[in-house]
This record gives sequence, C-alpha cells and structure tokens, in this order.
Amino acid sequence: MLTKTKRAKRIFNREETISAYLFLLPALIFFVGFVIVPMILCLVTSFFNYTMTDFKFVGFQNYVEIFTKDKVFRKSLVNTILIVIVSVPAVTVFSLWVSSAIYRLRGPVCSFFRCVFYLPVVTGTVAVTVVWKWMFNQYTGLFNYVLQAGGIIDQKISWLGNEKTAIWCIILILFTTSIGQRIVLYVSALGNVDASLIEAAEVDGATKFQVFWKIKWPQIMPTTLYILVITTINSFQCYALIQLLTSGGPNNSTSTIMYYIYYEAFKLYRYGYGNAMGVILAIIIAIFSAIQFKVAGSSRD
Amino acid sequence: MEKKTGNNPIYKGISIIILVILAVLFIFPIYWILTGSLKTAADINRAVPQWFPTNITLDNYIRLFKNPAFQWLFNSVFISIVAMILTCITAAMAGYVLAKKRFPGRTIIFGLLVCAMALPKQVILIPLLKEMSFLHLHNTLWAVILPTIGWPFGVFLMKQFSENIPTEMLEAAKIDGAGEIKTFTSVVFPMVKPGIGALAIFTFISSWNDYFMQLIMLNSRDKLTISLGIAKLQSEMSSDFGLIMAGAALAAIPIITIFLMFQKYFTQGITMGAVKG
Repeated sequence: MLTKTKRAKRIFNREETISAYLFLLPALIFFVGFVIVPMILCLVTSFFNYTMTDFKFVGFQNYVEIFTKDKVFRKSLVNTILIVIVSVPAVTVFSLWVSSAIYRLRGPVCSFFRCVFYLPVVTGTVAVTVVWKWMFNQYTGLFNYVLQAGGIIDQKISWLGNEKTAIWCIILILFTTSIGQRIVLYVSALGNVDASLIEAAEVDGATKFQVFWKIKWPQIMPTTLYILVITTINSFQCYALIQLLTSGGPNNSTSTIMYYIYYEAFKLYRYGYGNAMGVILAIIIAIFSAIQFKVAGSSRD
Repeated sequence: MEKKTGNNPIYKGISIIILVILAVLFIFPIYWILTGSLKTAADINRAVPQWFPTNITLDNYIRLFKNPAFQWLFNSVFISIVAMILTCITAAMAGYVLAKKRFPGRTIIFGLLVCAMALPKQVILIPLLKEMSFLHLHNTLWAVILPTIGWPFGVFLMKQFSENIPTEMLEAAKIDGAGEIKTFTSVVFPMVKPGIGALAIFTFISSWNDYFMQLIMLNSRDKLTISLGIAKLQSEMSSDFGLIMAGAALAAIPIITIFLMFQKYFTQGITMGAVKG
C-alpha cells in the first residue's frame, strides 16, 4: 500500500532487474510449468478429439456436442448451479451471523468458536465425508435414528439413494466444510471496523440494525466480495464429496460439472471432451465473479 | 426502546445458546469418528446407536494396519512437508521482489498470478496428468508436490507481507554493502517470518487434504496417501464402518493436532491472503 504512493521510477536499473528475475525464477518455473502450460494445453486440446488412441483436430465439435446432445452435462450444470445458488448465500449469511455474534466475545472464547467451526476444514474432506456417509446410512446411521425417535419420520429413509434428498446431503456437508474460513475472515474484518464511528452512531441513537447497515456493512464489503467469489469458485468445483458419497448417483441426480469432467476424462478417457467442459466451467465461473464484482462495486457508492 | 436490543441480555443469551449447540454439532462428527473407531462391529451395527462406547476395542486399528497404513501416513507427511518447504522458499523470494523492486514486466507477472488464482484449479488436472506422464513422474509423490508449489497463492500472500518491509531498511543494508542475497536473508527474511509461518501451515494442511490431486496422480497401493487409503478402504468394504473410522481417525488426528498447535499463524494467513492486491 505504501509503495503505491511513491512515484514509480521510469528508468529501471539493469542490475536490479536481473537480480529481481533471479529471485522470481524458482517460483516462475513452477508457476509456468504446472499452471500456465496445463491451462494452455487444456484450452488447445479442447478442440481435439483426444482419447487413448486418437488425437485429431475437430474444431468446435466437442463444444457443439456438449451443448446440443449431452443430457448428462445439462443435468450436471443444473445441479452445479443449484449447489452454488443455495450454498453461496447460506454460507455467507450464516458465517456473517456467527462472526457478528462472536467477534466481541473475550479473546479465548472467540478463538474457541473460530477453531470449532474450522475443524471440518482441517479434518479433511475424506475423513469428514466417510463419517457423514455413516450417519446418513439407512440402517445404522444416526440421522434416521434421531429423526425416527423424534417422531419426524415414520420409515427409515435412504438419504443418499434417493434422487430428491441426495443433493441436499451434499449441500449440507459442503456447508459445514465451507463456513470455517469465512468466519475467520469476517471476524477479522469486523474487528477492523472503526470503533469510534460505531460509538458516535450509538450516542446519536442509532439502532443496532442501523449501525450494522450504515457503518459495518460498507466497511466489510471488500471481505464480503472476497467471500462471495471464493465460495462461488469452491461450490462450482465441488467434486471430492460427490465422488466419495454418491459417485454422481442416483441417476445423475448429484452429478456436477466437475464430477462429470472427471467421469468423461478418467473413466471414458475422453480427454478433449473433458477439457472442453473444463473451459466452459472456467468461463461460467469468470462470468459469476464478474457479476459479483459489478454488483458489489455499485452498491459500495 | 429498540436502541437497547444490542445489549439486550435475552438476545445475547439466545445467540450464545445457539452458538453452543452449533459448536456441539460441528465437533460431533469428529467425536463419532473417534468413538466409532473404538467400537466392536456388533455395537456399530446396532439399530439404536450407542452414544458412548462401552466395549472398547483396538480391533479396527489392528485390521487397519494390515493395510500399508504407515506407508500411507508417511506419504502424506512427505508430500506435505516437501511442498511446504519449497513453497515457502520460492514464494518468499518472489513475493519480496514483487513488493519491493521495480523492474520491467512486474505488473504483467503479478496480474497473471492473480488471474490464475481466480480460475478453477481442478480444471487443469487432466493436462497436468498428461504432463506428469510425459515427465515420467506419474504415480510418484513428486507429481503431487510440484503443482502444489506452482499454485500462485503463496507468492500473493508473501507479497502482502513483504509490503510492510520499510524501504529505508533495504536501502540501509545496501549502503552497508550487503548483496542481494545477504539483504534477503538478514533483513527481509526476519521481517516476513510471520507470513512464512502462515504460509507453511496453510500449505501443509491444504496439501495434506488435496484429495482430488492425489487421486489423479497416485494409483499403486504403496504410493497412496492416507486420504486415498481411507477412500480405497471405503470403496472396498463400504459397510465396515469401524475400520473406515479407524482410518479416518488416523488421517484426522495428526492434522488436527498440527492445526491446534499453529492456529495463530493460520488465522493470520487466511486474513492476509484476503486483503485485495
């Protein structure tokens, strides 16, 4: 931030340039080699009929097939968008509520809650998913037992085997593994809100709601924007959970674009086709992020 | 009257109660993993779940270690530690020059790093696999480590931390005749230590848990990580919950311990990474 205020020198020092590039070199080698090159390969091979045996340029054929013939892709796109539309607002609102409730608590209490909500993230997708899978189990799972004992359901439900419920199980687990990081971000953002402004407003008789809406909300806007963007990206990429929990089933009702890419590429060995879907996914994410920046940017004024 | 809602003890009390209930719900899966791993098969398959294990047994763990579980654990530790060390070194060097030096191409490089971060990381896994086969690294631990180092988040984070180094200190070191390397090790490094701590713990945890990448890159039984190992057990014997919970416990306990030990750095890293550049 400080450096920006100083005038950038127009003439670059040759020695400094060389040493700067030497410092950058190790990071750049890995970045170019294992991020940029695969990205370019992804884009290029999306125009090829690229399988185990074949490698032939086909122009936009993969894209045409995806949008006109592929019913599973359409189903996966709908599921993915459902996950994003439900989980992004839910995660954002819920983590904001928890953060507002804990950020003024005493230091150790606040960090206790922060840690607890972060636990599912640290525990790791696989360990978390296998225990949830057991809890959702039709016969020995806790869910059915508790709901039945509470009189909410009469018969044991096959949560993961039912087309209507399976995707909601995934959204629930995704939710528990997402909010931890957002709470950490919001707690720190709320802690940085100018306390003198809040006091002044309270003295003037502002309600709690007014204080939140007029003072805190604008100041935590950059954090909210960041949270919206990363939650959107993560929700779009939801994969491991699905592979471990339902393998996209039953009847593709939990297949997402990411899961379907994996299926086409690593089960059917249609690499070019998978890469074309990857390009589409990247474009969709870029559009969503751009919209969020636009909306958040205009509401800040 | 409304003015008082903020300090209303009833409102405050209710929100604390809700928080405590939520906290219990968030801890519960871990409790269920640990107790499940110690239960006998008969207790696990009861129609009425047993909230507290009564017949504690180590049988699940004995069966777990009939698989190469130690090897899996070692692979996870190796991947996480090597990725952590190399990421910290390369990112600290790059972050420092991007924050503190002026040279042609700086804005372009930084812009590229930021743009790449906004893209879905998993989309590049197919070409990445092909690249690793080409380099004869497929099904080696390096196939997981190298792309982790390449991900630009670390550079971005270290740039944020390096912005705080006073330029005067760097100039003073230069006047004292310190070379670039000496300046980096004796001035820059001590100043960005908290950043390196944050990045280290962040990289360790995220590469420990990067299941998708491991799934694509590793396939022979002795190359699996602990995450892959549990997933494999689950696909092979999906109703043996005791065994699977033992595996989950073995995967979760080390990483939770590390997180609790270093959580102070971790929080800092997440927060700094979000400051927009």
